[in-house]
Amino acid sequence: MIWLSWRQFRTQAIVAGCVLAAFAIALLVTGFSLAHLYSGSGLPGCQGRGTCVPAIQNFMNQMRGSVYAFVFYIGVAIIYGGSALVGAFWGAPLIAREIETGTFRVAWNQSVSRNRWLAVRVTMVGLAAMAGAGLLSLMLNWWVEPVYKATRFAPPDSSLSYGRLSPLLFGTGGIAPMGYAAFAFALGVAAGVLFKRTLPAMAVTLVGVGFVLLAWPNWVRPHLIPPVHQVLRLRPSAIEGFSTSANNSQMTIFAGVHKPGAWVLSDQVVTSAGHVFSGPATHACINGSPQACSASLAALHLNQLVSFEPASRFWPLQGYETGAYVLAAVVLALFCSWWISRRRLA
Amino acid sequence: MIQFHLDARSGVSPYLQLIQQVRQALRLGLLSEGDQLPTVKDVVALLAINPNTVLKAYRELEYEGLVAARAGVGTFVTKTLTDGSLAAHGPLRVDLQDWLGRARQAGLDDESIEALFATTFRAASAGNGPSATIEEEVR
Amino acid sequence: MTAVLETRGLGKRYRKRWALSDCTLSVPAGHVTGLVGPNGAGKTTLLNLAVGLLAPTTGTALVLGGEPASSEEQLAKVGFVAQDAPIYAGLTVADHLRMGAHMNPAWDAGAAEHRISQLGLDPDQKAGKLSGGQRAQLALTLAIAKRPEVLILDEPIASLDPLARREFLQMLMEVTAEHELSVVMSSHLVSDLERICDYMIVLVASRVQVTGEVDALLGSHYQLTGPRCDPATLPEDWQIISASHTDRQSTLLVRSDRPIVDSTMTVDQIGLEDLVLAYMSQASRPVTRHANPASPDQSALEAQR
Repeated sequence: MIWLSWRQFRTQAIVAGCVLAAFAIALLVTGFSLAHLYSGSGLPGCQGRGTCVPAIQNFMNQMRGSVYAFVFYIGVAIIYGGSALVGAFWGAPLIAREIETGTFRVAWNQSVSRNRWLAVRVTMVGLAAMAGAGLLSLMLNWWVEPVYKATRFAPPDSSLSYGRLSPLLFGTGGIAPMGYAAFAFALGVAAGVLFKRTLPAMAVTLVGVGFVLLAWPNWVRPHLIPPVHQVLRLRPSAIEGFSTSANNSQMTIFAGVHKPGAWVLSDQVVTSAGHVFSGPATHACINGSPQACSASLAALHLNQLVSFEPASRFWPLQGYETGAYVLAAVVLALFCSWWISRRRLA
Repeated sequence: MIQFHLDARSGVSPYLQLIQQVRQALRLGLLSEGDQLPTVKDVVALLAINPNTVLKAYRELEYEGLVAARAGVGTFVTKTLTDGSLAAHGPLRVDLQDWLGRARQAGLDDESIEALFATTFRAASAGNGPSATIEEEVR
Repeated sequence: MTAVLETRGLGKRYRKRWALSDCTLSVPAGHVTGLVGPNGAGKTTLLNLAVGLLAPTTGTALVLGGEPASSEEQLAKVGFVAQDAPIYAGLTVADHLRMGAHMNPAWDAGAAEHRISQLGLDPDQKAGKLSGGQRAQLALTLAIAKRPEVLILDEPIASLDPLARREFLQMLMEVTAEHELSVVMSSHLVSDLERICDYMIVLVASRVQVTGEVDALLGSHYQLTGPRCDPATLPEDWQIISASHTDRQSTLLVRSDRPIVDSTMTVDQIGLEDLVLAYMSQASRPVTRHANPASPDQSALEAQR
């Protein structure tokens, strides 16, 4: 049964292996020079804003639009897109192809039960998908390490706080890609079983995986671990801007918060009573200097209510997220097993 | 070893055809005592008929005392149906071939030859009286 | 001996339509059984139920005493070739044999390879490039080499040319003789089955019409021709399978356990094909014994195609 699973998986495995190998070569070639760039940039061991700020700006200028950025985005695309493709090309045809061509009538009449047949195939290909994703994630994270290290030197008000927790990047790090691969694969198999035709199953899988991967960081990830809520005194230096309504009866204040490596979910200016500050606009802010405006706002004793996931939560979140995806994959696989055992396919 | 053939349109059931062919072979000396009949497997592999048909035919021949089955080995002839007239078969066959050659030269087709033979044969048997018909039955 | 296929009240319904209804059979082992009927009669449904690809709506089915596909031991006892002999187009012939070896503990690799070379198949050829006859032979080889006790074949030769058909049946019979297999084979043509079957099941319109040993069926059915008669006047123990009347003559197909001796009518044996056809046409127009003598029966000769 293992031989058959491998034989039917061989072509797809070789294609994926070639893609991974090609990308690995690209990573190797660029990774060493990236690390070299970093160590020569003056960032390691730089002290104080005076040396660090120019060094990091210089470093980041070298990154922008360079082959490094290109390689990195390819890596991100392979991780996310690759999961969807694994679902469509490894998962959807697994059962659908057998149903379409009628070969299930051969496979399920050998001396192997349907459950064993499915279990061996799904386990082999699913583990291969996870291994591929894990390998890819490992390689990419080794490669990008110098960039993360550099961002730690970024000044608080710069836009360079790429935290590993930021929505796009979180899914490329740690073990999450393995969860996505397992889930996408299992979703593909289930789609194949339900639609009984490879092409519709592939289409549905691509759409389904895309939807889940896009929706998850917004709807689910913030709730995996309840975010930390922090109330800070609103300091004038934190105010980034404000907007007023036409008659100045309403005012919204925009303030920034510096939490290196954290994932800030929401950041609102609230009154001391805890309600979102909505105006009215102060005289000083309607027609006064920025300093007078800030001073007038300071007098209002406003606070900043920040919801965020601290950087230290990276691994716990990775654990919960991967666990959830893998659990979903297992449930989908069990569903497929139950479905094909019902004996409605003939 | 003899080889069977089947005439699907003769109206005679396959199992009877097999028996007839064995009897005929015995009569013509194509099979003698101790010869092995084709195995059931070989017969059905050639004719594509049910093995039970062959088994039934062989069992019937065994019941008639013409063959005997040896477990694990095969079915063997135990008695022939030739009589003293076997020696006459050779010259008779030559005469028959001559006659057939002449009939063809005269322009007779297969049907005419068969019809001519059948009617002459029947008339001759009827004309030869009761003893002749009994001899036919024994043969 | 355990029956090869034993069903009681077996039925399968798809939404509103019954594909098979009230099927009660007991097919003995050691026979080549033909399952014959027109397309759509329920043959494939019955065979799928026998191998466990379908679950029954009503009734039970047992193959060699076991529930179909209930365990790997049960699966090993049954060799199945589905309609149109599905095979893996991307796998070579040798790959198919390896698959069989890995998936069947009782696989006979030597016999499988011998048969493949006997058939003249190239082991390295992709199975998708084989002809229809070669595919059927490959599928049969797979089914046989796992050393089952029964072979179940769903219209295996329907789309084959006469030579391929003959070769398939030759191989099938050779293997049946060699390993003392039981075979259940379906077809919509009686002529395919006439040569090889000694047990018959006639299935029409999702119901079993008649079943039994071929010799017994041929021996118990009689074709009677004679002057026009009223069906109601015929003996009670005659089971009238089909009847057709002109204004002067009646032709009857009668089933009777005792030999029929009737001076008014000509009594003939009937061939298997005609027997099956009579049952197939009767299924759509059942004959009543007490027909109104005044109205000429229009069943006519088109019923006996």
